Amino acid sequence: MNIIEINNLVYQVDSNTIIDNVSLKISKGDYLTFIGPSGSGKSTLMKLISDMISPTSGEIIFEGKNMDDYDPTEYRKKVSYAFQQPNLFGKTVRDNLEFPFELRNEKVDTEKIIDYLKLVNLDESYLEKSVTEVSGGERQRVALLRNLLFTPEVIILDEVTAGLDTDNKQIVHNLINQFNKDYKVTVLQITHDESEIEEAKKIINIVGGKIENA
Amino acid sequence: MHDTLSVSNSTLALGFVLVIVALVIGYKEKLGIDKDIIIGVVRAIIQLSVVGYVLKHIIKVNNLWLTLAFFVIIILNASYNAGKRGNGIPHAFEYSLLAIFVSTSVTLGTLIWTGSIQFIPQQVVTVTGMIASNTMVAIGLSFRNMKQTFTDHQQHVLEKLALGADVKLASLDILRGSIKSGMQPTIDSIKTLGLVSLPGMMSGLIFAGVDPEKAIKYQIMVTFMLLSATSIGSIVSCYLAYKEFFNKKKQLKMDLLS
Repeated sequence: MNIIEINNLVYQVDSNTIIDNVSLKISKGDYLTFIGPSGSGKSTLMKLISDMISPTSGEIIFEGKNMDDYDPTEYRKKVSYAFQQPNLFGKTVRDNLEFPFELRNEKVDTEKIIDYLKLVNLDESYLEKSVTEVSGGERQRVALLRNLLFTPEVIILDEVTAGLDTDNKQIVHNLINQFNKDYKVTVLQITHDESEIEEAKKIINIVGGKIENA
Repeated sequence: MHDTLSVSNSTLALGFVLVIVALVIGYKEKLGIDKDIIIGVVRAIIQLSVVGYVLKHIIKVNNLWLTLAFFVIIILNASYNAGKRGNGIPHAFEYSLLAIFVSTSVTLGTLIWTGSIQFIPQQVVTVTGMIASNTMVAIGLSFRNMKQTFTDHQQHVLEKLALGADVKLASLDILRGSIKSGMQPTIDSIKTLGLVSLPGMMSGLIFAGVDPEKAIKYQIMVTFMLLSATSIGSIVSCYLAYKEFFNKKKQLKMDLLS
């Protein structure tokens, strides 16, 4: 079953066509790697899929229902977008990991948060660490946990490993692979990283707002 | 009591020399504000003369509807100016109007209800002007801060939206900061009351020969009044305006950010 079906998607800004009639079917549990030159429309396509922007024409069907029929906040909890250079909110790492509970009006489960921290090689002491003191790699790992604490159906990774060292990249890869394998989370990742492209299961090349091969 | 108040037209004309000082400084330092100073001074003289003339008649007539009409004119004017400071925020005038109306009505109503002032033109009109002008400045500052912070922290907002946050939760820090920025000048000036500044109401009464102890009581009332007015104005306007930064699909309107 297709989790996402994109039909004739077009996105224009003024007279510039950024996404040019893209159609794509994505199955549940897929791990797709989007490549292409800078400015080719990869990030725009991901923002359209995550409902951060709306298409000029065309449609996105998610779990058999048009994206427009979902409440945007509910949709974004299911299709979660992770940024290349994330910001951490509030004052401490704890503030960030409690945020997903806060937006769902759920009681904070500290045990769960500590378990998830362990998945990215961070211990409980990080909870009280100031957001200004964490390194770039730690920031990305904490940010990804915000996306994954409540398992989404789809995770969109917009060059999340860019600028990370080998160890941090490996930790992020392990985390994403685990969610893809164990929870069938569909992964859509954008990358320019050679090793990630080599290891990619399925590559989609975006050039000039179009899919070159699907 | 009024013997010491001796500003005549001729002494005012002599006082104009102070404006010339400002003009000379502006000219010598090439500040390019000569035109603004002249326009400002001319406008101030005309506006105050007209208001003085109108107030004299309103006080003399002492008519409820005329007093209320003046109340409405002050609020409309303040809302128009606060709205202009919205700098592209849609419906900034309407939101300012509602905020200034609520803040002025609540504050003025409380003052009348507690007996601090009476419903007579010379008290209602002057106090309305003080409340509305301070609320106008507070709303202007709140709007400016809101637009700037949405622009500077757009990725913060986008990240919260991307996690599934509603627009209010995604904007909460900006909302709090904007309300605070509207109230901050009032809070700062309160801290230095009497130490740095002897504000308008108190100075005016002392000028007119009123016992300073009595003048101080009025100033304390004005302090309470302005705190209430700026906080109500900032809160109402900010809670209405932040939603304008999002579309119906709860996406950030990028074209609104500078």
